[in-house]
Amino acid sequence: MSMIECEINGIPVSVPKGTTILDAAKGVGVTIPKLCYHNDLDAWAACGICVVKVEGSPKMLRACATAVAPDMKVITHDPEVVEVRRTVLELILSTHPNDCLQCGRSGNCELQDLASDFGIRDIPFEKRAPSIPRDRSTPSIVLNPEKCVKCGRCVLVCQEMQNVHALEFIDRGDATRLAPAADVTLEESPCIKCGQCSAHCPVGAIYEKDDTKAVWNAIKEEGKHVVVQIAPAVRVAVGEAFGMEPGALVTGKIYTALRRLGFDAIFDTNWAADLTILEEGSEFVKRFGGEGELPLITSCCPSWTDYMEKFAPDFIENFSSAKSPQEMLGVMSKTYYAEKAGIDPAKITMISVMPCTSKKYEITRSDEMFASGYQDIDHSVTTRELAHMIKQAGIDFSSLPDSECDSILGQYTGAGTIFGVTGGVMEAALRSAYYLITKEDLEQVEFEAVRGMEGVKSAEIDVKGTKVRIAVAHQMGNVQAVIDQIREARNKGEELPYHFIEVMACRGGCIGGGGQPHGATDEIRAQRTRGIYTDDEKSVLRCSHHNPEIARVYEEYLGDPLSHKAHDLLHTTYTKRPLYKK
Amino acid sequence: MAKMTLEELRKLRETKKTEMARHNGETMRIIVGTGTCGIAAGAMETLDAFRDELESHGLEKNTAITQTSCMGLCFSEPTVEVAVPGMPNTIYGNVDGRAAHRIVKEHLIDKAVVADHVFEKPAADIIDGEDGAPRKQKRIVLRNCGVINPELIDEYIARDGYAALEKVVFEMSADDVIDELTKSGLRGRGGAGFPAGLKWGFTKDVDSDEKYIVCNADEGDPGAYMDRSTAEGDPHSVLEAMAIAGRTVGASQGYIYIRAEYPLAIDRLNNAIAQAHGHGLLGDNILGSDFGFDIELRLGAGAFVCGEETALLASIEGKRGMPIPRPPFPAVKGLWGKPTVINNVETWANIPMIIHKGSAWFSGIGTETTKGTKVFALTGKINNSGLIEVPMGTTLREIIYDIGGGIKDGKKFKAAQTGGPSGGVITEEFLDTPIDYESLQGIGSMMGSGGMIVMDEDDCMIDVTKFYLEFSVDESCGKCAPCRIGGRTCYNILDKISKGQGSLEDLEQLKVLAQAMRKASLCGLGQTAPNPIMSSMKYFEDEYLAHINDKKCPAGKCKDLLSYTIIEDQCVGCTACARVCPVHCISGEVKEAHVINQSQCIKCGQCFDKCKFDAILKG
Repeated sequence: MSMIECEINGIPVSVPKGTTILDAAKGVGVTIPKLCYHNDLDAWAACGICVVKVEGSPKMLRACATAVAPDMKVITHDPEVVEVRRTVLELILSTHPNDCLQCGRSGNCELQDLASDFGIRDIPFEKRAPSIPRDRSTPSIVLNPEKCVKCGRCVLVCQEMQNVHALEFIDRGDATRLAPAADVTLEESPCIKCGQCSAHCPVGAIYEKDDTKAVWNAIKEEGKHVVVQIAPAVRVAVGEAFGMEPGALVTGKIYTALRRLGFDAIFDTNWAADLTILEEGSEFVKRFGGEGELPLITSCCPSWTDYMEKFAPDFIENFSSAKSPQEMLGVMSKTYYAEKAGIDPAKITMISVMPCTSKKYEITRSDEMFASGYQDIDHSVTTRELAHMIKQAGIDFSSLPDSECDSILGQYTGAGTIFGVTGGVMEAALRSAYYLITKEDLEQVEFEAVRGMEGVKSAEIDVKGTKVRIAVAHQMGNVQAVIDQIREARNKGEELPYHFIEVMACRGGCIGGGGQPHGATDEIRAQRTRGIYTDDEKSVLRCSHHNPEIARVYEEYLGDPLSHKAHDLLHTTYTKRPLYKK
Repeated sequence: MAKMTLEELRKLRETKKTEMARHNGETMRIIVGTGTCGIAAGAMETLDAFRDELESHGLEKNTAITQTSCMGLCFSEPTVEVAVPGMPNTIYGNVDGRAAHRIVKEHLIDKAVVADHVFEKPAADIIDGEDGAPRKQKRIVLRNCGVINPELIDEYIARDGYAALEKVVFEMSADDVIDELTKSGLRGRGGAGFPAGLKWGFTKDVDSDEKYIVCNADEGDPGAYMDRSTAEGDPHSVLEAMAIAGRTVGASQGYIYIRAEYPLAIDRLNNAIAQAHGHGLLGDNILGSDFGFDIELRLGAGAFVCGEETALLASIEGKRGMPIPRPPFPAVKGLWGKPTVINNVETWANIPMIIHKGSAWFSGIGTETTKGTKVFALTGKINNSGLIEVPMGTTLREIIYDIGGGIKDGKKFKAAQTGGPSGGVITEEFLDTPIDYESLQGIGSMMGSGGMIVMDEDDCMIDVTKFYLEFSVDESCGKCAPCRIGGRTCYNILDKISKGQGSLEDLEQLKVLAQAMRKASLCGLGQTAPNPIMSSMKYFEDEYLAHINDKKCPAGKCKDLLSYTIIEDQCVGCTACARVCPVHCISGEVKEAHVINQSQCIKCGQCFDKCKFDAILKG
């Protein structure tokens, strides 16, 4: 790789060609402040905070968007640069509500940090905070355009990363505001509720719909049996909210915390992930054997499901009818568990803790989400909301002792836990499908080909001589290529490129979910991923079909995978939905 | 007509030249300017009037009536050129039906010029005269505007049209063209003045499967209409130049990005493209060669920021028109990520002539750093408002007094603004500055794309600055914070000052804001938006101070600082003021001094205008 020699604040720097001034400066210990730039996205160069002086340029250049050039001489900090940055920051603050005390991002806001670093004590300019109503139309995300700093991250995330094009800038000049394209409500837009906009927002302009109050109310309500489940990816991320390293595996602490919060039974979504594998794995084996459409496409991710129903309804038949683990656990808690524990299901309130904003949408997405006769999941909260609840309860999370999950919907295998990362559902399914096809267990359960951050991973798996072609895609924008590939083969009547496809809407899978603690970068995603694989590796049981609690539920309640009862409780349907409701 | 070969084109040119020369010598001709401005002033009615008049005098057979585009004499539209063998060609202005009647009778029949409709200046400056007198104007870009019928490709061809393309396709290498362009010294006329040859060279040198040529016809400065007139009056000059660029850098597709508010220019460009196709001058195998080039129009919705090249390209791509950081420059990574040559209409219109007449000819015109000519749209408090083209190096004084005929109503010149909302004011002391990119920048203004607005003593500089800021604020795309918020904040401060609510601290704040906007805005719009403020604060500080300290607007423009009072001793009690007052706030008995109720007065000034006894004091 060719290297560029340049100078930053008089310090000689040698960096690979294409490195931005921002990154080159970081390498020599110089932090250039920034607001709109985010590692996941191409530099949008909007805010004007990261400007630097470059010898020979009359204007200041944006460090985020300018690649270093040979012999470039950069000044990142001098009185003039700092004054310009401060003025820009003061201007941004002059149009910001500055009501930090009532903001969900207080203490975790990039604008607040900048204001603190610059020592802003008053705003010299006329205050002109806009008055724009919030968009609360979806069950997942709230848009508060009043707090928007027009950094453009959400728009780039929605359009470039996710290929959804729900968000856009509306109007221009100082009337510019963030809104769904065509100025409809978010609910009427193609939004898939993935919440990546909220995860990338530097301020409190986009945030998850807060359901913590409903959860508190359920906990304190007399006569209610409040059960809770935690998703795989929560256990490797919630620690970040308490100053722990990203990826720290804190399953036992979460169980303890949930108990102290007052939940009556603590279950684990990983258990239901194992159940999903039995259903979906059996479904795959059936379709692979000639009964039903191929490729089979995973459906655990509600944003992906929503995307398919809106953007690719020609794939409805390809979707696994198996519900997501969240929903499976919901229905099983109000049927099987209720029956075994002798509790009236009407008195059970089921709460899920998810890394995801879309799960809030999933809990009412179709009639099948009421399979128990009640709403199977009553409320879904994100990892971020759980962290808030733990803080509100005065629980010193990092010093909590570990504890165990409750039976009978708690025990899980390594296959269940890897649902939280891209490739995990596929890998878990393959571990069991291999058994279902060959009646033999794998010697080596790891499938390296499906792991990692590449946008689309594909492989051919040898199942005792039978070739299974698979593909794994994550980050919604990467999926279109796979869809196009299949459509092309279909149109030409050629052999399908894949038999089995896994899709997760968020980058890195659920560990990078829209409801996870803020600040995710690929580095942090990698740490969380390592946490998940550690959980798998230290599991004694690593294949879903080895989970004794799963075996028991079939034996005692469901019969066999894909049985009539299993279908009634654990499967769902899909429907074509319009991109725009208006 | 079928697609032509090189020989056929040359033959057509010669035939057409002879035909037109014969016309010029033998036939009476009436040429009506039907550009947008002419049509708005009634040129189509004038055209009909001439047809009727000729018919009623039985002259329709031996008189040719043709249309041409804008001659640049906007203050006297509709304009008509009359050519009668044996008489000097004459340009008439303000030609309505009555004037048409007189022109036919007096000029065509009686062979006598209709003196009260003729312009000595600037008409004499732009018409091909035979007296050898030095002309203030030199028309390269506008060479065909007001001369040919822009809807007839053959007339363009007869005036050496497509001769440059011929040369480029059959005689010159790509390097020859770039060399020629570089030697000519042509700089982009969009405002920044980047050397055109250098720009083309960048694109040529990039290895890419596809490249694009783009014409920026998204002219948007207040008071600027150079590009509209050029596109309306000589559309082929743009098409020919774009094809030359395509051949040179290796592109086969061009786009003209033009604002939808220019319907006539759009029609004429589309018509020209179709005719060029018909002649084999666009499309595959141009003039039988292996070179193919096509051009399509893309209409903009009139966002000023789309004149910024990266925003323009985004708009062509169907995205919201917002600028992106440069580098990479479009020359290397432009439309759909491909190398793209983008120039504005005026730059393009220069190119065929440079290739045809040679770089030495072109570089012989202008100043040391800036070659060629510049088209200005001269507007404001000037007698002869209109479109002019002068050699670089012409002084502002020559433009305003010699070509523009001086300030209207004999008022005093105060300042001229070039560069529109991006520029600054030029005051009396700099009137003798020879105009080029560097000299204008040196005095705190800029060349800009060619708007030139002249202000007189009645103009308030705070009011004018506010006007420009309001424009920039309205047109900001909203992407970057310094421009989006800074612009509005500056405007509000100016507004405060104009209402007498400003403080000296506000002036300091304006300086701080201007610095942040200039340094940290993403594109030229935001970087230059504070220029009118800094420039007016520099040259007219006393006016700012008068508004702030004395709560007075010396020009009497800022309504909030204005009051009308009746001088008791001078009022004769004629009641004229009271009768004209729209809010009935003037009272008094007949033949007794009147009084204005200040709390109700809306400062419309009607009483002041009405009073015959100078009894009303404005200030």
